[in-house]
Amino acid sequence: MHGLINRSLECFLRDTYGNAVWQDVVSRANLPFERFEAMLDYDDGLIYAVLLAASDCLSKPRETLLEDLGTYLVSNPDNESLRRLLRFGGDTYMEFLHSLDDLNGRAKLALPELELPRMALYGGRDGNDFRLVCKGPPRGFGRVMRGVLRAMADDYGALVLLKDIDGEAGCEEIAITLIQSSFADGRDFRLAGPVGV
Amino acid sequence: MMPMHIWLSTDGIIRQCGATVAKLFPDRELPGLLFFDCFLVRRPCDVGTVSGILDQQGEKLHLVVQNGRNTTLKAVAVPVDGGDGVLLDMSFGISVVDAIRDYDLTISDFAATDLAVEMLYLIEAKSAAMAESRKLNTRLQGAKVAAEEQAFSDTLTGLKNRRAMDHVLTHFVEAGEKFGLMQVDLDYFKRVNDTLGHAAGDLVLQAVAKVLLDETRKEDLVARIGGDEFVLIFHRMTDIDKLNEIAARIIRRLEEPIPYCGKPCLISASIGTTVSDGCQKITADKILMNADLALYASKDKGRACYTVFSEDLSSKGDEGDLREGSMSG
Repeated sequence: MHGLINRSLECFLRDTYGNAVWQDVVSRANLPFERFEAMLDYDDGLIYAVLLAASDCLSKPRETLLEDLGTYLVSNPDNESLRRLLRFGGDTYMEFLHSLDDLNGRAKLALPELELPRMALYGGRDGNDFRLVCKGPPRGFGRVMRGVLRAMADDYGALVLLKDIDGEAGCEEIAITLIQSSFADGRDFRLAGPVGV
Repeated sequence: MMPMHIWLSTDGIIRQCGATVAKLFPDRELPGLLFFDCFLVRRPCDVGTVSGILDQQGEKLHLVVQNGRNTTLKAVAVPVDGGDGVLLDMSFGISVVDAIRDYDLTISDFAATDLAVEMLYLIEAKSAAMAESRKLNTRLQGAKVAAEEQAFSDTLTGLKNRRAMDHVLTHFVEAGEKFGLMQVDLDYFKRVNDTLGHAAGDLVLQAVAKVLLDETRKEDLVARIGGDEFVLIFHRMTDIDKLNEIAARIIRRLEEPIPYCGKPCLISASIGTTVSDGCQKITADKILMNADLALYASKDKGRACYTVFSEDLSSKGDEGDLREGSMSG
């Protein structure tokens, strides 16, 4: 698995619950090191071991942790670059939703080794109900996407309702209802990146 | 539909322009102005009329925006049906990154078919990935330096290094251990390096390492502490005669020619020996200094010999009382 995913989970746990919790997770998961490197590859089993250990350690369901990870990835100031990349998807939340079809391809442009699930967005009849289907590994990524969708709604200032629905085997599905596109102000976004990027 | 277009009349007056083109001149109303006052056609050169532009039909034009920012544009021109002027479709090309900053452009300023936003996306994504990679490289570099600093081995010969020797010597002195210490300095090694090259020098050092390991016991320490300097520490061996025997054997074996690419490398060694009986209050530095003095006595005597340290050497007085041996004499 691409270290970027392992490293993201590590930073989320460390930043949200503190270093002591992370140390506890490291020892419960029997990690042979204390930090993941974003640009190295790791055995697939490691991230599940970390997730299980964190779930035990914090007494929180894995699903909740994954969804919180998705929110963290978008809203934490340290991850501004990821938020920016997602905002490139469009000027409105609706456009952003439509750009999710391309998310896998866009990620591959930047990091060819990064394996993300294939994502497909299906629009409802009245134009405000959508279904996002995530197919393929890593397992639980749909939960992360739920957090991302929620945080991006705040970013655009849109009001949405998210609901898990039962999908086919091997798929994770989220029902998205866009109630209002410009409910709040949202966060500032300019195409021109920070100086030096 | 085409935010980067300009429609020119045949006399060069701008009739209409796209919303993004208008942003290049926020303080001026482009329709009605002379096109060539606002844009310089740089390539092909010397185009200053609409008919000149029409001659380049279908060719790529390079324009420079005359607004003080010198933004460059690419463009193609096509005649409008019925001789009603020219339509120019433009794009920022590689200047898109600066243009977005200079004119505060947004995603909707680009045509849906324009790849500009994808290009920006790629630039940012690759920059972020590159930054992570550079961080990793820096950390790995730091780890490598730290590992080397903490290492106890000499990578060329596999012997212990200076750091390891310091550790062992300090430990022996503090623990009051008895030991003999030999400083071995190669003779004529520089000549091998200079005449046969560094590869020959490296080979010789590896051969020397083998001899030194052969002539010592497992519990002894053999360290390379400099280019052609070695230190041997003999645990619980303070018998001068035995140490001299070993020194003589080492010199004899090092004088055997070492073949390199069909040529013999000829070296020898000078040795200075000292012992610590474990009772006297002596520091590690002093022991090394004593061995060094004995070594230089060997060098003074014409190299290829061994000398045992005695107090006389400290005063550099007469050397009559030295127990010494010479392989060449």
